[in-house]
Amino acid sequence: MVEIRVHGRGGQGSVVTAELLAIAAFRAGKFSQAFPYLGGGGERRGAPVQAFCRIDNKPIQLKCQIKQPDYLIVQDVSLFDVVDIFQGLKKGGFVLVNSANGPRELGIQAQDFRVYNFPATEVALETLKRPVMNTAMIGAFAALTGMFDLESLKYAVGRKFPGEIGLSNVAAMEKAFRLAKGSSSGGSVTGEA
Amino acid sequence: MNPEAIKSKEIMQGSAAIAETIKAIAPGVIAVYPITPQTHILEHLARLVADGQLKSKYITVESEFSAASVIFGAASAGVRSYTASASQGLLLMTEVIFNMAGTRLPAVITAVNRSLSPPINIQVDHQDTMTLRDSGIIQIYVESIQEAVDTHIQIFKIAEDREVLLPAMVCMDGWILSHAYEPVTLWRDEAVQEFLPPFDPVFQVDPKNPLTYGALTDDDKITEFKYMVHDALIRSKEKIKKVAGEFRDAFGNYYGDVIEKTYTEDAELILIAMGSMAGTIKAALEKLRAQGKRVGLIKIRSFRPFPDQELRTALAGAKAAVVLDRSFSCSSGGILGGEIKACLYGQGGPQVINYALGIGGREIYPETVLEIVNQSERLVESGKIPPETIFYNLNRELL
Amino acid sequence: MKLNLGGVTEAGRSKQNRTGNWRYFLPVVDQKRCNGCGTCELFCPDSAIEINNKLCLINTFYCKGCGICARECPRSAITMQVERGVAV
Repeated sequence: MVEIRVHGRGGQGSVVTAELLAIAAFRAGKFSQAFPYLGGGGERRGAPVQAFCRIDNKPIQLKCQIKQPDYLIVQDVSLFDVVDIFQGLKKGGFVLVNSANGPRELGIQAQDFRVYNFPATEVALETLKRPVMNTAMIGAFAALTGMFDLESLKYAVGRKFPGEIGLSNVAAMEKAFRLAKGSSSGGSVTGEA
Repeated sequence: MNPEAIKSKEIMQGSAAIAETIKAIAPGVIAVYPITPQTHILEHLARLVADGQLKSKYITVESEFSAASVIFGAASAGVRSYTASASQGLLLMTEVIFNMAGTRLPAVITAVNRSLSPPINIQVDHQDTMTLRDSGIIQIYVESIQEAVDTHIQIFKIAEDREVLLPAMVCMDGWILSHAYEPVTLWRDEAVQEFLPPFDPVFQVDPKNPLTYGALTDDDKITEFKYMVHDALIRSKEKIKKVAGEFRDAFGNYYGDVIEKTYTEDAELILIAMGSMAGTIKAALEKLRAQGKRVGLIKIRSFRPFPDQELRTALAGAKAAVVLDRSFSCSSGGILGGEIKACLYGQGGPQVINYALGIGGREIYPETVLEIVNQSERLVESGKIPPETIFYNLNRELL
Repeated sequence: MKLNLGGVTEAGRSKQNRTGNWRYFLPVVDQKRCNGCGTCELFCPDSAIEINNKLCLINTFYCKGCGICARECPRSAITMQVERGVAV
């Protein structure tokens, strides 16, 4: 079983990110599950939010949050000061941060996990003209992990957002996918052991 | 699974799956008042009604008291009726729910379990629905979104049965089921309609044949009226079993009837739980069994009617029953724990250890289950099982 | 007699209740003062007064003797009198 935890702020589409990953995984023939944590009263723009996604080859019985994720998606770097983002992250785990700055500039100490950064907000502003970066983050996440095929992800975005919004989000996702894929050996994506 | 009955197999949000199922059931009246985390269900139904896919009368009201009153009125007119609520909203419905049960009107409510205020908390526990336990309403707790879907179809049939005629409630954990995405099989409207006959009421408000509802009754007959509700709820147990079997035949899914047993045959320690935590417990049981530990689980589906005889039989061979309560009655302790102790008392069954946990969304992980099993084994060995409820991980530094 | 499900009974049974025998005081109408305005008919909580052809008629089968009609009558045409053989 693969466990993904998404950190963001209310309004950044973190819950939707987990849902889209779960839809795409199910589309690709896996079993999956996604759900939010909205403690602190939840449902408030700007409040720290967590969302979870599990993917497995068999039906998933667990009905609890993810304490020890394999993957972390961090949509907002300001959360590093507020939340213990890396709590429970498995050894050799994978972290994707929405930022133009690399892990060193973000002050992340090299530990036993891989940290990548991707400027998803920039891609969203170029493509969607709005700073809603979750679909761009998903594109980069798919490219860097190889866990998702683009077709399943496009299906997920189209199902969740029919019409024009869905199409422009698919464009943002594809662009991020291409950028992250092309630069995984360097460029704007930084890996650190 | 019966392939001919399947409409779709999709990953979808619990609330959407329930709304799509209610569409297939097609109640005549849906009463609507929003409250987190239930609102998504009624929002989805609003869309179905606005799009013309659902012909129900969709009645928006100004409080949960009115929502319950609307389905009370609709049911008294012989119409299949439905609403959904949570937390304080269910408490506001309480007066009407007692009334519906006493008047023997079979409306259905989806209860999306959420903690009670104060302080305000929007996360899950079972205090809201457990507080309604004495009303006469049928309560079935579910573990997964699929079980919630399937139980909704079953519960209308149970509630509307002429030998039952009681209001009924599907209790599904807030967020963990209502807002989660899981793979769900939805059933074709025709298959649901075929399974569920139209509501055929005994009495019906009708200007041509006027009837008195809510007449005064004195001490000479009131005990008998109350006993009739008690008796109907007890008799609904057989109906729940029968309908669960019929559902298995028609659709292929089965979750046990009033209880579901996992690894109980040879178990020395049997955990007893309700709702979504049963899934996490099952995952933990796999680890425990791999270690050779004889631990099992009884998931209570039907809390009302209470499965007393079924529990006595299933627990007969166990050393201890560990009851995991997601609610408690102040000064008395875990509600389920207390009821299970009462049902086993003097019957020579296992000892009962009672934990209260998972209040207001406090997480229940597989590790939580493993620790509780460890603690319980030590308690059994020491022979010092406390008679009162243990509040798991209560932070005394905050008290 | 078996009890009905949910306490539902036939409608209109309260008509058989002779509430008139709860009465201590009987409203007596001075037909010379009464102009048949119907105020008493409107106020009677037991619908025990009927104005028929400007004539005020008290239905003693239901009248409980509450006196509201006497209090409300704008022409003071109704007086409450102790009913013989009932009160004292």
